[in-house]
Amino acid sequence: MAKTDFGPPDYRTMIPPVIANNYGKWSYHEIPQPGVLKHVSETGAVLYSVRIASARLISTDWIKELCDIAEKYCDGYLRFTTRHNVEFLVSDEQQLQPLLADLKGRGYLVGGTGNAISNVVHTQGWIHCHTPATDASGLVKSMMDELHGYFTTMKLPARVRLAVACCVNMCGACHCSDIAIVGIHRTIPRINHEGVAKACEIPSVIAACPTGAIRPNPKLKSVEVIKEKCMFCGNCYTMCPSMEIADPINDGVSIWVGGKVSNARTAPKFSRLAIPFLPNNPPRWPEVTDAVKHLVEVYAKNARAGERMGEWIDRIGWERFFKLTDIPFTEKHIDDFTFAPTTFRSTSQFRL
Amino acid sequence: MAQSKTPMLDDLEKGAWPSFITEMKKAAAKKANSQDLLDQLELSYKDKTGYWKHGGIVGVKGYGGGVIGRYSAKPEEFPNVKEFHTVRVNMVPGFFYTTKALRSLCETWDKFGSGLTNMHGSTGDIILLGTTTENLQPCFDELSEKGWDLGGSGGGLRTPSGCVGMARCEFACIDSMDFIQEVTRHFQNEIHRPAWPYKFKIKCSACANDCAAATARSDFAVIGTWRDSLKIDQDAVREYVKGGFDIQQLVVGKCPTKALEFDSAKQELKFDAENCVRCMNCIDMMPKAVKTGKDRGAAILIGGKAPVVKSAFIGWVLVPFMKVDAPYTEIFDLVSRITEYFDEHAKPRERIGELIYRIGMGNFLKGIGLTPQPQMVSAPRANPYIFWQEEEVVKHG
Repeated sequence: MAKTDFGPPDYRTMIPPVIANNYGKWSYHEIPQPGVLKHVSETGAVLYSVRIASARLISTDWIKELCDIAEKYCDGYLRFTTRHNVEFLVSDEQQLQPLLADLKGRGYLVGGTGNAISNVVHTQGWIHCHTPATDASGLVKSMMDELHGYFTTMKLPARVRLAVACCVNMCGACHCSDIAIVGIHRTIPRINHEGVAKACEIPSVIAACPTGAIRPNPKLKSVEVIKEKCMFCGNCYTMCPSMEIADPINDGVSIWVGGKVSNARTAPKFSRLAIPFLPNNPPRWPEVTDAVKHLVEVYAKNARAGERMGEWIDRIGWERFFKLTDIPFTEKHIDDFTFAPTTFRSTSQFRL
Repeated sequence: MAQSKTPMLDDLEKGAWPSFITEMKKAAAKKANSQDLLDQLELSYKDKTGYWKHGGIVGVKGYGGGVIGRYSAKPEEFPNVKEFHTVRVNMVPGFFYTTKALRSLCETWDKFGSGLTNMHGSTGDIILLGTTTENLQPCFDELSEKGWDLGGSGGGLRTPSGCVGMARCEFACIDSMDFIQEVTRHFQNEIHRPAWPYKFKIKCSACANDCAAATARSDFAVIGTWRDSLKIDQDAVREYVKGGFDIQQLVVGKCPTKALEFDSAKQELKFDAENCVRCMNCIDMMPKAVKTGKDRGAAILIGGKAPVVKSAFIGWVLVPFMKVDAPYTEIFDLVSRITEYFDEHAKPRERIGELIYRIGMGNFLKGIGLTPQPQMVSAPRANPYIFWQEEEVVKHG
C-alpha cells in the first residue's frame, strides 16, 4: 500500500539558497527590463527572476528543456507563476545576460511583467473538458500571436489580465479579469428521455437549474425544459449527460471587460459584458482575436497611466465605453439575474 | 511528404506565442494516446464540438478524489484515448521546483501517462493529463514513493494554493507559502476523502494585491494586511520624485481615501494613518519608499466563486483582521467551524457563498460563532424586514 496523506513536497527543499537566506527579508524590487525582476533584500542579496511565456499545456520534453536551462544558469532552481509563466531564478548576476541570450536563441518570449499582458489563464476546452462551448488553448494561441508585443514590453497604462474559460463554469478567475473570453451555449438542452429515466437522478437535475426551468415529465419518467426560462448555463448537463447542450452551430464566445482582483486603488470588480456573442471559427477565431485586439488598443489609447481597464471605464462611464469601442449596446447587456437591480442606474447623472 | 492528418491544428504551430500543438506533437511522437488526443482535437476543430464523455468514478486505493475520470466519446475512432484520466498532483506551495524534482515527476509520467501536463491547473495542482484506469494505481504508487501526493477533487476541500509571499516579495504580510503548506497537511483527510455537499477552496495571498486571485476564486480567502501604520521613508520618496516620478498622478491622486498629500515645499509625503484602507497602491508604485506596517495578519473573506449556479461572488469580509502565524491554530479552528457548518447546512452542489446568500449572513455568523462588525458590510440594510428572535422581544401573558 502506497504512503498516503502527506501533502505537498516541503517548499524548503525546493527554494534556492538565496531565497532560503532572505525569506521574509526582501526590501524592494525593480524591473530592469521587461520580463526581468530584480529583488533586493535587506541583507543586500539580489535575486533576478526571468519570466517566459508558456503554453500551459506542455510536454515532459519541454519541462526537461526548462530543467536543462535552469541547471545551466540557475543551479537547478525555477518556478511557475500563478498565471502559468515560467520563472528562472538567477542567483548569480553573471548568468543573467547569457541566460537571456540563450532564451532569445530558442525563440522564447521573455516578458509578462509590470504594465503588460501577462500569460492568459485558461481552461481545458475541447482538449480535455466534457462541457466546453469552445476551445481555450486555440483561442489563447490565436490571441497571443497577435498580442505578444504587449507581453514582451511594458507600454500599457497598467497591467492587463486576460482569461479564457470554455464555458460559464469559468474555471479560473475569469469573472474578475480585465478581458475575459467565455464560451457560451445558446440553445436549450436536447433531452434523451430514455437516458434520463435510466441514469439520471431527476430531483438533482431539477434542483440544478438556477431559474427553475426544468420540471418533471412523469409520463416519460423524465424531465422537460421550459424554453422561456432556460439561460443555457449547462448546469443540468453537468448533472445528467442525457441533457446534451453542446450545439456546434450555435455555440460560441462572449467577451467581458473591466474586472480585477487586486484591491489596489479600487475594490475588486467583476468583468462585465462587452460582446454577447462571436462565432467559433477555429483554428484562429479571427472575430474574437480582432475584438480583443481592438479592446486592448482602445484602452491603451484612452486610459491614464496606472488605470486598469475597469478603472478607466469607471472614470469615463459605460455609456462612453460603448461609444469609444463602437460596440452595440443591446438588451443582452442588461442583467436579469441575481444582482440585476444593483446594476440599473438610479441617478440622473450620466453622459449623453 | 505524406498529407498531414491535422491541417487545422498545424496552423496553430505558426506565430510567436508558444504553441500547445507543438507540445502535443512532442508527446504524440512517443505516446499513442497523445497521438489520438491530437487527432480527436482535429475532429473537434472541424466539427466545432468537444468529444469527451462525462467522467466516471475512478481513483486510487484509499482516496475518494484526486483523479478526474475522462472517456472519449469516440472510442472506436480513437481507441488510445478511450480512457484518458487526469491525475491532480499537489504542487509545491509557491510553485517552486528543483530540476531534480521536476525530472523525477516527468520520469513517472512518461512511464504511465501521456507525457502531457498543465503547469499548473486553475486550482493550482500539477495536472497530469491522460492515463488509463489500469495505470492509475501504479502511477500513484510511484509518485507517492517519490514524495508526490494527490490534490483534491469533488465535494471536499480542494488543494489550497497561494502566492509567492515571503519567498520573493517585499509586500508579503504573512507567510502565504508556509500557511498553504500547513493548512494542506492539516486537512489531508478533507482533501482526499470528499464528504461535503460541494467543493470548498482555500487560497491565500500575502497582501491585498491578491496575486492568487483568492477573493475571486476561493470560498475561504486569506488576504495579508496590517493594522498599524504603513511606513514612509521620505528620503526614498524624494529619490522617486527627483527621478521624474509623477507622485501626484500615480500615488496621491489614486489614494482611495485621500489619505496622502505631497508637500512640495518639504518634498515630503504626508499621510493620514487613520484613513488608510491599506489598498497597496502607494506601496506598489514606490516599493523603495513605502512599506507595509509591522503588526501583520490577514483579513478573511468568505464565499468567493465563479458563476454557476446563483452567480459569481467576490468574497465577503468575514474577519477584518486576525493573526496568521504558525502553528495557525486559530485559523485552522475557523476553517473547521465553517466547513462543519457548510457540511451540515448546504444543499448538494451549493457553495458556501450561495448558502450564506440563501440563509442570510446573520444566521451564518451565529452558526459559526462570529460577532457582526461594520467592516463586514459596505452599508447597513436599507430594507425594514428585520428578523427579530423570540428572546429579543417581551413575552405576552
